[in-house]
Order: sequence, then C-alpha cells, then structure tokens
Amino acid sequence: MRRDIFQAIADPTRRAIITLIALQAMTPNAIADNFHTTRQAVSKHLRILTECELVKQEQKGREIYYTLEIDKMKEIDNWMEQFRKIWETRFSQLDNLLSTLKKNKK
Amino acid sequence: MAGNNLIFNFTVDESTNAVLITREFDAELSLVWDAFTKQEILDQWWAPKPLLSKTKIMNFEVGGRRFYAMVWPEGQEYWGLKKYTLIDPKTNIKWLSSFTDKDENINTELPTSEWELNFSEQNGPDGNRRTIVSIVIKNKSLADIKMIIEMGFKEGFTMALNELENLLPTLNK
Repeated sequence: MRRDIFQAIADPTRRAIITLIALQAMTPNAIADNFHTTRQAVSKHLRILTECELVKQEQKGREIYYTLEIDKMKEIDNWMEQFRKIWETRFSQLDNLLSTLKKNKK
Repeated sequence: MAGNNLIFNFTVDESTNAVLITREFDAELSLVWDAFTKQEILDQWWAPKPLLSKTKIMNFEVGGRRFYAMVWPEGQEYWGLKKYTLIDPKTNIKWLSSFTDKDENINTELPTSEWELNFSEQNGPDGNRRTIVSIVIKNKSLADIKMIIEMGFKEGFTMALNELENLLPTLNK
C-alpha cells in the first residue's frame, strides 16, 4: 500500500522518531528506549515510516539501523512552500491596494 | 519577502495540523479590516494573479457567508464557501471554509478548514499606523492542506507566481 507522507508525520510518536534519527542512524531497540510504549508499537511506526519512504533500513553487521530520507522530508516542505507563496502574492496585492486606498482617502 | 520591512511569518504546526500566518500592513486597522470584510475590496486582492476572485453572495454577519469563485484566465470557476461563525468588529473573525459546486452545495469529500483571524494596530518605525493580521487555519490533517492547494491551485501555479514576482519590480519602474 502506498501511503502519504503527510499521514506519516500526522502521528506525534512518528514525528519524535523522525527527530531522533535525524541526528543519527539508530537500531529499533535504541529508538524504542526513548518511548514509554511497547517495542511492537514502535516497530509498527517504523514500518509506516518505511512504507512512506521517510526512513530506510541499513544493515550494519548483525544490526539494522534506521536512517532518515532527507529528500522525502523536503517533499513536505515543497508543499508548504507553495502555500506560503500563494499567501505572499495575495498579501503583496493587498499592499498595493491599501496604498491606493490610502491615497484616495486623502 | 514583503517590501518596507513588513513582518511576514508562515509556519506549520504539525501537532495541531494548523497553518499560522502573520502579516503586517502599512495601513491603519480600519482600512485593513475593510479589505478583509467588504466584498468589493476583497475581490481585488484575494485571488493571486492571474486568477480572479468573484464574490456572488456576501453577508458579513455571524451566521452569514461569502460564496465566491476563483476564476482562471481560461474561464474555469472553482467555488468556495466561507461561513462566518464569529465577528468581533475590528478585532477578530472566525469562519469555516469549504469547497462547493456552482450551486453552493458543499463537497463533503474535500476538506473543510477552520479559520481564525486577529487584527491589531501599532506604530510603525515611521510613525504611521500599522496593522498586524494573524491567521490560524486549522485542518483535520496535514494531508488536507496538500489537498486544498491541489484543488484551488493547479499544477504549475506557483511557478507562475515566481515569474510574476520577477516581473513586478520591472512593472513598478
């Protein structure tokens, strides 16, 4: 199943996981140590994040490490940047209009 | 970035699925309030060019609504409805925003968002009155924001905005 990246970051635990592994690659156990929840629950979150391609697994020796896919995180930024741009343009039009309205008032 | 050092903040709060926007305007509050609440002024700036904003019905009162279209240069119309749920004159407005068809039937498959706008006035560095508008757009999920952008603004739209931005300084000369 193809999941949406926005769904991935909608959950507070998944956002916390992202913040953790943004700093360094971590094993599932090391990640789970940071949460007061079961390892199964953390595994489920990691699976969703993997399906969204926000994290990827790397085998190092006997351990599996999770790392963050920075490019995928940028996809979220790109959407928000589009929305910001729309507002920026809207407001710059309002600036021009306000300046005209001010002149007409005088 | 806005000209004359006007504040513009745009952030997304992922824990509440909200978009937070703060913008300063070089004008007194009563004028900015009118620009947000009178249809003839609103229609002149609400739609980013080359779109046009066309308000069909507007009764600015609690329980009232603004029913309007964003019109593309090729003529397609995308209809939206804002229902006013709270009005505190020159201070605060709340509305519910939905997508509709041209007959004002709400499209329940598309996201509805909850808006709150706050207005305040202060002195600018030049002694002129400045108005700060802060807007909170609450969504059910962050994916809704993406859908709102996809619905209202076709692909390539922000690219066109970038071009417009490059063009503006030459037009003002």
